[in-house]
Amino acid sequence: MRPDEWRGPLALACTLCAAVLSAGCGSRERPVDAASRQGVLLLGNLSEPKDLDPHVITGVSEFNIVSALLEGLVAEGPQDLAPEPGAAESWSVSDDGTVYTFTLRQNGLWSNGDPVTSADFMFSFRRMLSPELGSPYAYMLFGAKNAEAYHKGSITNFADVGFEAPDSRTVRITLNAPIPYFLSLLAHHSWFPVHQPTIRAHGAETTIGTAWTKPGSFVGNGPFVLKTWEPGNRIEVEVNDSYWDRARVKLNAIKFYPIGDHKIEERAFLAGQLHVTGTVPLDRISYYSSTRPELLRLNPYLGVYYYLFNVTKPPLNDVRVRRALSMSVNRGQIVRYVTKGGEDPAFCFTPPGAGKYSSSARLDEDAAGARALLASAGYPGGTNFPRIALLYNNSDAHARIAQSLRQMWTTQLGIDVELVNMEWKVYLDQTQSLKYDIARAGWIGDYADPNTFLDMWVTGGGNNRTGWSNRQYDILVSQAAAEPNTEERTRRFQQAEAILLEESPVMPIYFYRSKSLVHQSVRGWYSTILDRHPYKHVYLTPGG
Amino acid sequence: MKRFLLGRIAQTVPVLWATVTIAFVLIRLAPGGPFTDERNYTAESIQRLNAHYGLDDPVPVQYVRYLGRLLHGDLGPSFKYANRTVNEIIADTFPVSLQLGALALLFALAMGIPAGIVAALKPHSAWDNAVMTLALLGISMPSFVLGPLLVMFFSLRLGWLPASGWESWPDRVLPALTLGAVYAAYIARMSRAGMLEILPMDFVRTARAKGLGAAAVIVRHVLKPGMIPVVSFLGPATAGLVTGSFVVETLFHVPGMGSMFVVGAFNRDYSLVLGMVVFYSAVISIFNLGVDVALGAMDPRMRSHRRI
Amino acid sequence: MTLQPARTPPRLWHRFRRHRAAIAGLAVLGLISSASVFAPAFAPYPPDAQNLELGAAAPSTEHLLGTDVLGRDLLSRLLHGGRISLAVGVCGTLVSLIIGVGYGALSGYTGGRLDDIMMRVVDVLYALPFAVLVIVLMVVFGRNLVLMFVAIGAVEWLTMARIVRGQVLAIRQEPYVKAAQVLGFSHARILFLHVLPNVIGPVVVYTTLTVPRVILLEAFISFLGLGVQPPMSSWGLLIREGAETMDSFPWLMVFPGAELALALFALNFVGDGLRDALDPRFAGKT
Repeated sequence: MRPDEWRGPLALACTLCAAVLSAGCGSRERPVDAASRQGVLLLGNLSEPKDLDPHVITGVSEFNIVSALLEGLVAEGPQDLAPEPGAAESWSVSDDGTVYTFTLRQNGLWSNGDPVTSADFMFSFRRMLSPELGSPYAYMLFGAKNAEAYHKGSITNFADVGFEAPDSRTVRITLNAPIPYFLSLLAHHSWFPVHQPTIRAHGAETTIGTAWTKPGSFVGNGPFVLKTWEPGNRIEVEVNDSYWDRARVKLNAIKFYPIGDHKIEERAFLAGQLHVTGTVPLDRISYYSSTRPELLRLNPYLGVYYYLFNVTKPPLNDVRVRRALSMSVNRGQIVRYVTKGGEDPAFCFTPPGAGKYSSSARLDEDAAGARALLASAGYPGGTNFPRIALLYNNSDAHARIAQSLRQMWTTQLGIDVELVNMEWKVYLDQTQSLKYDIARAGWIGDYADPNTFLDMWVTGGGNNRTGWSNRQYDILVSQAAAEPNTEERTRRFQQAEAILLEESPVMPIYFYRSKSLVHQSVRGWYSTILDRHPYKHVYLTPGG
Repeated sequence: MKRFLLGRIAQTVPVLWATVTIAFVLIRLAPGGPFTDERNYTAESIQRLNAHYGLDDPVPVQYVRYLGRLLHGDLGPSFKYANRTVNEIIADTFPVSLQLGALALLFALAMGIPAGIVAALKPHSAWDNAVMTLALLGISMPSFVLGPLLVMFFSLRLGWLPASGWESWPDRVLPALTLGAVYAAYIARMSRAGMLEILPMDFVRTARAKGLGAAAVIVRHVLKPGMIPVVSFLGPATAGLVTGSFVVETLFHVPGMGSMFVVGAFNRDYSLVLGMVVFYSAVISIFNLGVDVALGAMDPRMRSHRRI
Repeated sequence: MTLQPARTPPRLWHRFRRHRAAIAGLAVLGLISSASVFAPAFAPYPPDAQNLELGAAAPSTEHLLGTDVLGRDLLSRLLHGGRISLAVGVCGTLVSLIIGVGYGALSGYTGGRLDDIMMRVVDVLYALPFAVLVIVLMVVFGRNLVLMFVAIGAVEWLTMARIVRGQVLAIRQEPYVKAAQVLGFSHARILFLHVLPNVIGPVVVYTTLTVPRVILLEAFISFLGLGVQPPMSSWGLLIREGAETMDSFPWLMVFPGAELALALFALNFVGDGLRDALDPRFAGKT
């Protein structure tokens, strides 16, 4: 048997492979160029949406799609997300700031041709607040009178809640206390209207996960309608011809690609398959900032990256230990050499951009002071310091930060922490049940106001996973929520934040940046603090 | 033969049952539930959701109910993807994985078997060394390295093929190559080993002595028994291929079963994971049955049961 | 070919020694493993010493293989990481080899109903969700390296068992096995002395195929939280991290990958030599 007798089949196989390869060859027009010509925006959207029901969803990827399909009373401006007319053409506010009266536009239509009426909003608010639906974001409506009581079931008559529809084009909302950012809140998906007949046609109105959100069924009032949903592959929306502001919408369609892996998303962008990416791999930022700066967008984002201390367990029940750990971290080094995305080091908890608020208190970094504090807590030079664990969920970025912190603490304080990396749900379980010493965390604001960052640390707050409790802090935060005077309100938040920093149940590290690669044909895509990009203002310039 | 097949098909029932039961227990033991989220749901919300999905019943009740539904072919709703059932998800994702897996397998067989045979015929020749070196490279290069390399070269450098996606035929090429490469390497090495077991055997010498041509000896006498290890390997390998690969599907953004399964496990999407386990278990059983039938046909000595 | 008792160890070594590539492979493996075992003595830097300002730097005279994103010396990390990976590679593969060969041989040799039951058990184990299994192991028993071997062993022996079973099914019908049975040898003796030596080829090959799988599997298990934790590392983790950053810092992928490939080539030659030495049918050759 000679080898050459087998060359036949081998050659055949090679030929086949070559044929398959060449099938894809040739100088094709890249998908982005074709799409720019056709007015189709190709967006990286990071993760597959779990649903498109605005009253059920919780994530950013879901919001990115739902905000194309539905529109609240108030919409957002493209550059600063300032409130602008949406489903309501105008509104007025009572002098004490607690009663908002919205007038719906006459030409407001659902995508099936039905008019958008005040009854739709009443239905939607009631559904959002209904205890049966159990929406995780129901609290977003709690500023309205009796909304919380209705959601918790202590009152059952929806007429007692601060939502009224005096006529088919008027929506009146009565608040418990003035909310300075109320109009911005209305652009959040929890305030979006849904089409009652569609929901009823697919099951009970408070059943989650019915088929009303599928293509062909979905009826919305936004600038786009749902065209296709290929799970795990893409979602396509196309322009809604019955949208009241149709003339302004320049895109014909948007395709959302749920690519979770940052490198793969970046390669899709480089191969000309995406106009905009959801993020940028952190090791590639320096490449883009030095060689392709025109593609890279790094914008302030309303979020903070921090660590939790479990204050119920020694040695972290000692505020001196917590402060020593926090003071010995070099945040500047971390943002410069580890996260590398132009982030700002965080010396307070509330990021800049939360309304007009800024913290008056500031954390200090002082290694010598940290050593002194640790010594006064009984661990001079780190001697006898118990072995504690630092918990993070598995990701390269978290692992790098955790390792840098460990090194800083070893050199500055002489203590050794054990790094523990866990799969996401295990990590959540252990932080929620306080089975950790130190854990990483992050928080993205729901709206541009300090309240979304500070009310989470009140005693027993659902997201306060530190065991920390401070009576004075609780009082200040609740006073601020009810305070009509803006300056007074800010002052109380500042006092509260000062307590939070002084007590240090959390250790802020840096303030987030939203990171993306944006193709040069994309216009009207601005830096916004919530990383939202109202699509009706976005357009494409072919060949740009 | 018919009795054997029927018997084996009957055996899949306890296999499915045992698999489902163990998986059911395992996933309930894993910390965190389907509604454990970064933002805490309120206790009331969790209660509502649990009631909605029947997770508030005692676990044995849930188990019996699950088995009952399973008998009707109903795999239940997904907990994560609220508006889809597990049946729908499998119906959406399996054809994708099947297509990708079949292409990869074709590639692996077309490359691996001829390479292995050529190598075995002249052991330690230049051919053999070249083929086996290539195969070793294929084995030591994990797909999460090979995939990006292929993308960088064919998509980003040459611009011939898409970097990711699953829309047109060119999209299929790179994932199939990446997925098939390591299997091609395995098959090449295993078919070489299997051939080397057979070639020195007495009956091969006898056949040669009878004056049969070299090619005829290989095709008639050596190929079938020589491929036994490859075929044994192919059962589980094929089942794995057609039900999707997490790594390759993630690398190329392919909406297949493999990534759904792993992500489902991370999401604690109980019904999705169980449904996929049931499905996967059935596929495994089918392919292993196929392998046993094939082995029996290739070499009558291989029949574990007399009655085939 | 007739009854072939297994060779005694001295003859085995004698035959193995004649296989030059195998000796070279053994030498390379020995070099790699001793470099790893004595890593603290050889490594130019501590494996976890960071230099954030330096960051990921290409190979230089100071750092022969360059540094990783936190400015740690890659050579030192590779040497230290080898300890974990070699241990996992050897132990994980041994576990899968022993269970797989024993189970497969018993199943194939016995045949019939026992074979059916044993193979259906394998079918069940194939289909279990591995990620969930690892998470549960970790949560129930806590994190330790022994558990990692258990997790790896639990999955990697399955295919080996099926391959061995297939081979044994064929061999048990051979005249020499029948003859041994007629002579009244015990089943254990027949299995170990007459059947197993004749399946050695595919077993050795599949074993060498298992090693890289196991080494890379360790990285996945560590990712789930059960295995190695930073700042410790392993080849699998280094390759994984390297693949994450290969567009920017290719050396972080190339060197760990090359070391793994080198070890595999060496191992493969050793495997070839071992097979030739063990397999009775290659008795008169080489």
